[in-house]
Amino acid sequence: MSTIRGRLIMIGLLVLGSALSLLPRNVTQRIPDAATGRMKDTVERRVPISLGLDLQGGIHLALEVDESKGPVPDCADAIQRAERVVRTRIDQFGTTEPVVQIQGRCRLIVELAGEKDPARAKSIIARTAFLEFRITDMQNQFQAALPQIDGVLRRAGVKSRSAVPSAVSQLFGNDTSKAAKDSAAEANTPGALSSLLFQGQLPGEFLVPEEQWQVVDSLIERPDVKQVIPRGIDLKWGAQVESRGATSYRPLYAVESKSIITGEELQKATARRDQQTNQSIVEFVLSRRGGRKFGEETARHIQHYMAIILDGRVQGQPPIIKSQINARGMIELGSKPLQEASDLALVLRAGALPAPLMIVEERAIGASLGEDSIKDGIRAGVVGVALVIVIMVGYYRLSGALAVAALTLYCLFTLAGLAAFGFTLTLPGLAGFVLSIGIAVDANVLIFERIREELVHGKSLRLAVEDGFKHAMNAIVDSNVSTALTAFILYLVGTGPVQGFAITLIIGIAASMVSAIFVVKTLFLIWLQRRPTMTTLSV
Amino acid sequence: MIRFFANANYDFIKWRRWAYGLTAVIMLVGAFDLVIRGLNYSIEFTGGTLIQVEAKTALPMGQIRQALDNVGLHGAEIQTFGSDTSYVIRARTSAAADTTGGDTVAVAASVTRAFDATAGAGNYRFERTEVVRPKVGRELQGKAFLAIILSFFVTLIYLAARFEWRFGLAAVLATAHDVLATIAFISLMHIEVSLIVVGAVLTVVGYSLNDTIIIFDRVRENLHKYRRQNLYEILNLSINETLPRSVLTHGTTIATTLALLLLAGEVIRPFAWVMSFGIFTGTFSSIYIAAPILLLIEKRWPGEDARGARVIGARAPTPATPTAPAAPRGAPAPPRVPAR
Repeated sequence: MSTIRGRLIMIGLLVLGSALSLLPRNVTQRIPDAATGRMKDTVERRVPISLGLDLQGGIHLALEVDESKGPVPDCADAIQRAERVVRTRIDQFGTTEPVVQIQGRCRLIVELAGEKDPARAKSIIARTAFLEFRITDMQNQFQAALPQIDGVLRRAGVKSRSAVPSAVSQLFGNDTSKAAKDSAAEANTPGALSSLLFQGQLPGEFLVPEEQWQVVDSLIERPDVKQVIPRGIDLKWGAQVESRGATSYRPLYAVESKSIITGEELQKATARRDQQTNQSIVEFVLSRRGGRKFGEETARHIQHYMAIILDGRVQGQPPIIKSQINARGMIELGSKPLQEASDLALVLRAGALPAPLMIVEERAIGASLGEDSIKDGIRAGVVGVALVIVIMVGYYRLSGALAVAALTLYCLFTLAGLAAFGFTLTLPGLAGFVLSIGIAVDANVLIFERIREELVHGKSLRLAVEDGFKHAMNAIVDSNVSTALTAFILYLVGTGPVQGFAITLIIGIAASMVSAIFVVKTLFLIWLQRRPTMTTLSV
Repeated sequence: MIRFFANANYDFIKWRRWAYGLTAVIMLVGAFDLVIRGLNYSIEFTGGTLIQVEAKTALPMGQIRQALDNVGLHGAEIQTFGSDTSYVIRARTSAAADTTGGDTVAVAASVTRAFDATAGAGNYRFERTEVVRPKVGRELQGKAFLAIILSFFVTLIYLAARFEWRFGLAAVLATAHDVLATIAFISLMHIEVSLIVVGAVLTVVGYSLNDTIIIFDRVRENLHKYRRQNLYEILNLSINETLPRSVLTHGTTIATTLALLLLAGEVIRPFAWVMSFGIFTGTFSSIYIAAPILLLIEKRWPGEDARGARVIGARAPTPATPTAPAAPRGAPAPPRVPAR
């Protein structure tokens, strides 16, 4: 009794866990807005199984360094630079979770699920990176203009989204700025823009709550707002999201429109850790011409902050200029980890040396083809399952029905396994799933045949069931291990869709062990307990 | 209760020479075909461009081919894909084109022009484009080859750990037979060899091995149980005892594979074909290759009790009938003794 209860609790927990991991949940989707062409976030509810490109449509690109116009000495570095650049442009892709990853040493993989326009995607990836250094808004011109901007927005009928009636809010204990006081005094209603901006640590830096940045972005892009932004000042978003306590903020920088130097002049950038001060440091070398220009500019801007902007995104927090810098300079990152310095050095190199890329593999699949594949796959699955049910119930009767009940749990476990571990379901994966349903019942067949044999040998029902399970174990483990081994190898060497096949096969094997052995045995035990007087088994 | 082959007692091993002959014929024809035509590799392996076009109405194939020729795509293959409004165009890249910087965009543009000419602009759309450089294709070839070699190696290690070497060798030879037979099938059917087809071959390897292991497990068990019977009888007995399981499991697997073959669409079809054949050859080889080879091995290198040598040496197993169990020598042991 207690073993049955323990088993039932175990099964209940497994089913509950599986059901939870398959529960539809909100997934944020980033799609281009048809009206404006800009990206916006939409939230939809769906079952959290990620579909491969071959099922939902999309583009897979593999890129390598193009050496047709001369050799590239270090392809690994070139690919890392390219990856950094593509990552800064990630917002521009029309897709939820773009995959950007380096495969091996010298290959970059970009996967854009749902992207329909290969030409657009390729142009975003292949565009040459642009790096520039700009001084931040030291005179707080943008901040001074905030009340005016709020006024423009109010007149245009834009309602403030924040309930807090303060203007530029204090977050880090700096002195309340004059502009803030002015605007707070000027209007009782909160400013549509200023209520969303928190002052940062340095002049020209503002922090926007992550969930509001789309709103702010659309406000500052309005033509009427652009007109009142002070001349000579641009607004640029930071590339990284910063978290302070429980909330994430995206930095927004007001920077001068004129860059003091661009990536063309940069020749070298390396990261290291200073032995004496134990600081992380990025050293860079400029061209002779660049060094002259940089020397003049930095002499004028001592104690000012310099934003490093790659493709319009400010990279890291702008460093302060401590003294005049000529051709050789360094950026001190203090106690920050070396990793951050390496990343900044990579950004500088990415802007300095554009990596010529060439597409070595491209797969574009239309969404409708993917839909058809899902439809066909599900149809084949349903028919396959129906046939298996007919065979099992027809041959093993009640025991077969138990196996079929376990089979539904098997399907649940497999899908939950895919969702829980974040594996992707591909078309071959779907085929693997259907196929594994046929193979999954093998364990039950082995067990039932054993039970029949034990019964023929004249054993009691209870003993026959017990021994049937025990004696079939060897063969079950063997057969599953041999299939899992080949599937594992396939996973190791395969590419996307085939890996999906291997994964579903492996998860399917694990799930079938649980359902065919554990679940079916529990069902048998319950059955035997309910009918203690039963003398023949419907097997 | 339905029982298939409940007390089956067929003399499977007797027919082994016929089986060798059959499989030799398949492989010879396959090898001949392979040499003459070669395998039909997908562009994943060769490099090239594949474009799947869905047209609104069916177009005459001759016209499309003509149009493709007109725009300069002379080597391109064209096939209908699943329905008569769906076409696949394959243009394999020559090595020369790869070094000059690729003609992939050019191929897509040419296909666009060809379909503008035949279907008219707006009456078709590209459902799928795949562009693979030969370099990537060669890498994938290497990977696929590695996968097959690796799977053999891992399988060998597993068998070595699991069985005595005589059993392991027989199982490996049976699996090798399955791979060769499947390649012969792929060649004869002119199935396009893509990575997923290689995946199917590996799955067949796992499946067939699994089947062989189940029979061998039973052989090992029966060798301990029935001390007085020779290997020939034990093999037959084991195959007969596992027959209901084989029928059921192969039945359910074939059922799902057929569902895939008939319903899961064109992309999965090559995979399903290979799997279907693999299930047959896997079943066949477990009975007719693995078991008789084990007999041969035991004859040449007898194991501890040398029961294999005894039967081949005597060469006189009387054919068993389904009703009367074979009893070639000594007191006939009942085919099924209550265990322990």
